[in-house]
Amino acid sequence: MGEMEQLRKEAESLKDQIIVARKGFADTTLQEAVAGTAVVSRVQLKTRKTLRGHLAKIYAMHWGAGLTQCVSASQDGKLIVWDTLSTNKVNAIPLKSSWVMTCAYAPSGNLVACGGLDNMCSIYNLKGKDGNVKVMRELASHTGYLSCCRFVSDSEIITSSGDCTCILWDIETGTEKTIFAGHLGDCMSLGVAPDFKSFISGACDYTAKHWDIRDGNCTHTLSGHESDVNAIGFFPNGNGILTGSDDATCKLYDLRSDQELITYQDATIMCGVTSLAPSLSGRLLLAGYDDFNVNIWDALKAERVGVLAGHDNRVSCIGVSSDGMACCTGSWDSFLKIWN
Amino acid sequence: MSNNSANSNLVTAQKAVKQLRLEASVRRIKVSQAAADLKTFCLQNAHKDPLLMGVPSSDNPFRPPKSCALF
Repeated sequence: MGEMEQLRKEAESLKDQIIVARKGFADTTLQEAVAGTAVVSRVQLKTRKTLRGHLAKIYAMHWGAGLTQCVSASQDGKLIVWDTLSTNKVNAIPLKSSWVMTCAYAPSGNLVACGGLDNMCSIYNLKGKDGNVKVMRELASHTGYLSCCRFVSDSEIITSSGDCTCILWDIETGTEKTIFAGHLGDCMSLGVAPDFKSFISGACDYTAKHWDIRDGNCTHTLSGHESDVNAIGFFPNGNGILTGSDDATCKLYDLRSDQELITYQDATIMCGVTSLAPSLSGRLLLAGYDDFNVNIWDALKAERVGVLAGHDNRVSCIGVSSDGMACCTGSWDSFLKIWN
Repeated sequence: MSNNSANSNLVTAQKAVKQLRLEASVRRIKVSQAAADLKTFCLQNAHKDPLLMGVPSSDNPFRPPKSCALF
């Protein structure tokens, strides 16, 4: 077909144009730009709290916007809201489906959400009138597992799915506002921008995509990883994107120069990255790996400056609290640990 | 190949080209600028970063101080 061939040629030509354009703006490297900056000194964090209570692998955790509460999800079929200071369980929510893969805490603190192999995102109201925590909405239309979800507000949530799409939902009506299609593989993770105007997604097509929440467009597609992108997060300045992959590396991309700035890798690290979180200033990148450890990287110098070793199984999730005071890790060993 | 699948392949290819045009046209800045901004952001916020600076026990809510002062 003449038109197919024409389109194929145009696609190839555009891809080449993008490569050339990016090179044109690569007047230096991050490495060169920070050559005069010293590496941070060794970071040694200690476990301050261990949150015990889950009976099976923990798959996800998310800090609340307040300073000390977080929510965790385990395949024991429970969502637990913790007061990390006292280690008390504020809520232990039994789930309809125990095959949960993600959880999220709304910035307001009023709602939590979770989902997994049931292909749905369930929203729970923590502040119901009678004190009982009940399912408020079940957002169902994904045709694949729910890998991640993040609230934009109490009325909107974004989900990523094994069906290769992300969806922005209206929680009130339980309907899809926008479907973000474009990834060519399972979407594994998502992160919302600090200004809530855009979000990023990492997928099994080895790329990260940046999307405008309002107009639904994918504005950037960032490649370079050699395997599934499992973890993704914004650099705190809102312009950088951090990714973690099964290729055993993490990468930092910059949205405004539309390219990769640096790769965090080490010959001794041969297992996949499961999760990541930047510290408050972005200078430290904490990344969880399949080998049960968390490596702490100097994000500017791309050198490893610390290790958190304390779990007896894969670290599946990690998060830094909103005031940067502590890091929480969740593991397949069923425990969460708070470090600082 | 049936007409329907041929059409849908065409639509997919058209969407892919449209998306690539959008991504190709994005405004870019130099890596030197992006890197400088990142470095500045890190250095300016370093003093506020507890995990980077370390948290003295007295200020660490996750670690009760060893002694209690009674007023």
